[in-house]
This record gives sequence, C-alpha cells and structure tokens, in this order.
Amino acid sequence: MNFKLDHQMVLIFQGLFGLLVLASLAGAILARTAKSEKGQATVENLNARVRAWWVMSGIFAITLIIGPNGSTILFAFISFLALREYVSLIDPFPADHRTLFWTFFVITPLQYWLVYRQWYGLFSILIPVYAFLFVPTRLAISGETQKFLDRASRIHWGLMVCVYCISYAPALLMLNIPGYRGQDAKLLLFLVVVVQLSDVFQYVWGKLLGKRKIAPNVSPNKTWEGFIGGVATAVAVGAGLYWMTPFRPGEALLMSIAITLSGFAGGLTMSAVKRDRGIKDFGTMVEGHGGILDRMDSICFSAPIFFHLTRYFFER
Amino acid sequence: MIRAGANLIAASMRALTGVTVRWTDEQPDMRQTVYFANHTSHLDFVVLWSVLPPPVRALTRPVAAKDYWQSGLRKYLAVNVFRAVLVERAGQTQVPGADKLRTAEHSLELLLEALGGQNSLIIFPEGTRGTGQEVAPFKSGLYYLWRKRPDLRLVPVYLSNLNRILPKGEILPVPVISRANFGAPLQTGPDDSKQIFLEKAQAALCALRQA
Repeated sequence: MNFKLDHQMVLIFQGLFGLLVLASLAGAILARTAKSEKGQATVENLNARVRAWWVMSGIFAITLIIGPNGSTILFAFISFLALREYVSLIDPFPADHRTLFWTFFVITPLQYWLVYRQWYGLFSILIPVYAFLFVPTRLAISGETQKFLDRASRIHWGLMVCVYCISYAPALLMLNIPGYRGQDAKLLLFLVVVVQLSDVFQYVWGKLLGKRKIAPNVSPNKTWEGFIGGVATAVAVGAGLYWMTPFRPGEALLMSIAITLSGFAGGLTMSAVKRDRGIKDFGTMVEGHGGILDRMDSICFSAPIFFHLTRYFFER
Repeated sequence: MIRAGANLIAASMRALTGVTVRWTDEQPDMRQTVYFANHTSHLDFVVLWSVLPPPVRALTRPVAAKDYWQSGLRKYLAVNVFRAVLVERAGQTQVPGADKLRTAEHSLELLLEALGGQNSLIIFPEGTRGTGQEVAPFKSGLYYLWRKRPDLRLVPVYLSNLNRILPKGEILPVPVISRANFGAPLQTGPDDSKQIFLEKAQAALCALRQA
C-alpha cells in the first residue's frame, strides 16, 4: 500500500470536489425555480444523480488512494454486482444453475486475481478463450439441450461485458510506461473522469438543446446535440488534463476521442440490451441512475479500448 | 447474542439475494399478521423474514416443514434464530386419512399456540415448493386458521426469483436479484366458504406477480 498522495491526483480531486459543489448548488437553485410537474421530476432526478455522484466519487477516490489493491477490489465488486444485475435479466434455465455458480464464484474472482498478480498473458485470454470453451461444456454436461446456443451465448456475453471488460479498468495499473512508473493510478483516474464527464455532459447538453434523436428505437434520450456537446466537452477536458498522463496534448486529445466514442457505443449497446429485455434500468442500486450496469455501460466499452491503445503505443 | 446473530443473518441474506422490497400498502407494523407467500425455494421464509423491519421481525415466526428443518444446524437455526414453528406436512406423509386429519388438527393447534397474543406468522399455503412459474392451489390450513382467528390481518407476499438463487435440489446459491412484493391485507367476507376464501387468497397473491 502506498499512502503517498500524488500532487497531480490531489489537484484532480479538488477539481472534482469543486464540480460536485457546483452541481449541488445548481440543483438546489433549480429545485426552487422549477414550476411544472415534469420539471420538478427532472430536477428531483438530477439531484438524486448528484447525490449518487458524491458517493461514487468518494468511494472511487478512497480506493484510488489506498493503491492498486484498493482499485482491484473495488472493480471486482462492481463486476460481481453488474453480473448479478445481468443474470437477473437473462431468464436462465434451472439447468444453468451450476454454470452460473462458476461464473460468479470462480471465473470472476480468478480474473481479478490475475489483475492483482499483473499476469497479463492469462488475464487477456481467461474469459475470451478458457471461459468461452468452459461455459458451453459445462452446459452440455448438465444435459439440457433446449435453447442451448442462446443460453451459452447469453452467459458468455455477460461474462465478457460485466467481468472481462470492466476488469480492464484496474488492469491499467499493470501498464509499464517509461517515465510514468508508479503513476498508473492517474491513467485510471483519467479514463474514469473523461468517460463519466462525457456521460454527464451528454445528459446536460441533451436536456438543454436536445432535439434530433440518434436512435429513437434504442434510446429516446440520446440526441445528436447531446452527443456532440458531451463528447466535445469531455474531449476538451481530457486534452486539458494531458499533464497528468504520459501523453502529449495532441495524444491526450485523440485518446479522449477514443474513450468518449467507445463509451457512447457502450451506452447505446446496453440500451439495446435493456430494450430487448423490456426494462428501463438494470437495477435500483444507484439512486437516480438505475443499476450499477447503467452507470458502468460506457466504462465497459471504453476501458479495454483505452487499455490496448495505451499498451500498443506507449508501453515499452 | 442470538438477536445480534439474527440481525447479521438477515443482513447477509438481503445482501446475497439483493432483494428489492415493495410495500403496496403501508409498511408492516406490530399488528398481528399472517404473511402468506408463494413457495419456490428453501430461502423463501428466510428472505421474507429478513426484509421485515427488525421489531416486526422479532415477533414474526415462520411456519416450516419439520422434515426439512429437523436436524443439526438447520434445527438450531430454525428453533433459536428464526423461532420457526415446525409442522408435519400432511401431504408428505404416507398415512391413512384419519391420521392425516389428526396431523392437520395438531398443526393448527401449534399455529394458534405460536400466534398467542402478539406474534405474527409466515405461511406458504401451497404446502410444497413449486417451479416458480405457477402458484399452486392453496391447502386449506390458511382457511381454518382464519376461521379460528378472524381478527388477524392476512397479507399476501409475492416472492420472485428466489427459485433461481437456490432451486430445488441445489446446495450452492447463485446471487440473482430477487423481489418481495407485499400486498394490501386480504378483504374477506364473514360468510366466505372455504373454496371462495382460498380462491380469493390465491388471486390476491397472483395479482402481486405483475406489480
């Protein structure tokens, strides 16, 4: 464990703290001025979201300060909860029970143990290769063949999204970038700040200016105005944060674009999943946001992309 | 000591099952109540019991099958922690009609005794665990209990997904998010026949399924 606080990290935390104070103040003012019933409901949801942001930022900051093990345990826990929300939706057969037990209590812990051990070789193939072969095998052993392909794909898809993809976030801490030793926690911070700011500002710009819907069948709340405004804001902030990363300003800009676009893809894809299952939110765990997966959808898609881009271009 | 243990078990049960609770009417209070629920898993009564507010929980006793909860650690938990009322399942024992009747009467006496002047009960009127798809026709025990104690509130509780956490015949749990929907107290007429009463009760429970 390393309790030494990085000066740059402290600056970011101060910035986030200021942003949250500002959001809470704005929420309090809006709550007094909102007249219509619909407006009241929107402001109430907004304030619930801000309160949840306080809690989430606090937890994230504490685990980041504790060090790599703190982040690994936090994301392991998030994966577990995300997988639980996912499995609750996919209507598994009774025959899938033991396969599901393996996914929760063997494969998920193993994946995060590999993150902890920084065993990149096995970390990157455990779920795409071994779990991919194991899940259908275990299902076949159970003897139930009805909808076999559906069941095998659903279970493996859940593992990929909820465990494999999310585990790339703490895996950033295993990257070995010349001249950036022991500072990898700031890469994780950079990813989370850019991707979540993109989500927040897509929501804000969408509420302020949103008119043209991007995919009305998939997600009625996503508009071109929100998308462009949110991505532009988050990319600008991301490029401005180049000093905390191993990237030059232009590189930080391109990385932020990759992060926000893949994050948007994650949000869109997970909305399609929700539509398919006939629900609005994945859960009720995070006040105002829905479930854990509703908050993690953009991280799911951006973490692996950001990891591999950084690894390919910047690791020795 | 046992009280603290009970709270711990209740908390870990809520964590494992990620149970979301919905009170259709008001939150349960200290009035004497019979909670009746659909039965799909051994976890059912433990979960229902764990989501009740602690003071109510302390007065609420689950009714469970003697043959499952009669040995070792299970028995200790059932008797000391959950303060379960263990009854013989008439349908389960291979006995002639007269004995069956005697078993049923004995069970009813046990329930009335357990209720006393302040306790509440958790009952699964289907008698045995179902598949989670349908609610089976109710056994008549609930009706006779109501005849003896018409002052009790009868509250239906629909439990979903618990059969997925621990299906019949499995030992290891899978943590799927479950739900407990509490309904409004059953509206009964003083002259309800056994059949009408049981149909009303079953319909009230099934109605919570969509809620």
